[in-house]
Amino acid sequence: MLAKEIERAGIPAVYVTSLPTVATMIGANRIVRGPAITHPFGLDEDERRRIVERALAMLEADVEVGTVWEVEE
Amino acid sequence: MKAVHYLNQFFAGMGGEEQAETPPTRLDGAVGPGRGLAAALEGVEIVATLACGDDYFAENEDQALAALLEMLAEIEPDVLVAGPAFGSGRYGYACARLAAATAERGIPAVAAMHEENPGVGEAGAAYVVPTAVNVAGMRDALPRLGALASALASGREIGSAEDEGYLARGFRRNYIAEKTGAERSVELLLAKVGGETRTEVAGDVDRVEPPPRVADLSSALVALVTEAGCVPQGNPDHLQSVRAQGWFRYDLEGADTLASGRYESVHGGFDVTLANEDPNRLVPLDTVRGLERAGRVGRLHESLYTTTGNGTPVVVATRFGQEIAGELRDAGVQAVLLSGT
Repeated sequence: MLAKEIERAGIPAVYVTSLPTVATMIGANRIVRGPAITHPFGLDEDERRRIVERALAMLEADVEVGTVWEVEE
Repeated sequence: MKAVHYLNQFFAGMGGEEQAETPPTRLDGAVGPGRGLAAALEGVEIVATLACGDDYFAENEDQALAALLEMLAEIEPDVLVAGPAFGSGRYGYACARLAAATAERGIPAVAAMHEENPGVGEAGAAYVVPTAVNVAGMRDALPRLGALASALASGREIGSAEDEGYLARGFRRNYIAEKTGAERSVELLLAKVGGETRTEVAGDVDRVEPPPRVADLSSALVALVTEAGCVPQGNPDHLQSVRAQGWFRYDLEGADTLASGRYESVHGGFDVTLANEDPNRLVPLDTVRGLERAGRVGRLHESLYTTTGNGTPVVVATRFGQEIAGELRDAGVQAVLLSGT
């Protein structure tokens, strides 16, 4: 809901979550799938960097309503 | 039992657009489509017809509603019926607003209009019976409208939108199902395999058009927001671990990382052991600082916004979102990295 309201205010917001299905249901638009509920940005710095880069790339992209991106290994 | 019928100036036979400024008027008995409606009512008589010009209502809504409600109060009907307004926006709006205000005063009310009429969203707790988009659907609409109006006047309990033929109002009511959830879900699955998709939980989520992309992230102000319950160690403001009552803003004070022992997660919906070993696993401050230094992102907003996304009702979470969004906008934030679990 935070993602949706921030985007409603006109600010692109990317939501990193391990539950993208829930995120799309409640109306988030820019969603990146994180690896786990307990650590959505991964365990180590390399993994974290990849996830953050993917999230930033989504902020730099025009997307459709409810778009989910995966993080490449 | 008594019904009052609401019509616009046209259907009340007072004239077309040139009479659209007609103020609220009370007519005796059934008028125009009210005659057909009367035939569809069971044990209910249309004792009066209230009419108002569409433009008058739109331009003087408060006065029009007050006058119409006063007339209703004098008559004390068992039900108010408004329309059908079909696809007419102004008429549908007037029908819906009057029906909503009537229902608020404890008098059952039902309006009829096309499901895409903007009035549908204004009907509040009143019922809306769907109709065709134009007056050609009158004959089809009146029996259905009459049936629901009769049921409302009788005071009997009204069943589901599907059973009674009105548009779902977004309320959920508990009921005892004959079959278990397992049986019903298998039935839905089989139906879906058979090409028919049904649901017991209709999606009525409003959608937000995604804002355009950030043109230049290397000069943008970026904020970190989280629903993962990240707070300074010791949780000084007592953020709840479940059903959060609020959100908090913490100054990062130029920190390069969310250090273990300085930050922790109080989220009650998952095991926070891994998160508390390294809170950057929930809010990647260390990575984003590095990217800030490298010029990949312009500048990191000095405030971290946090709440606990765990069992929070949708209306509450929406309010948190609106409040946080307002602060971010005022601060000139251009992009947000939000983490949830």
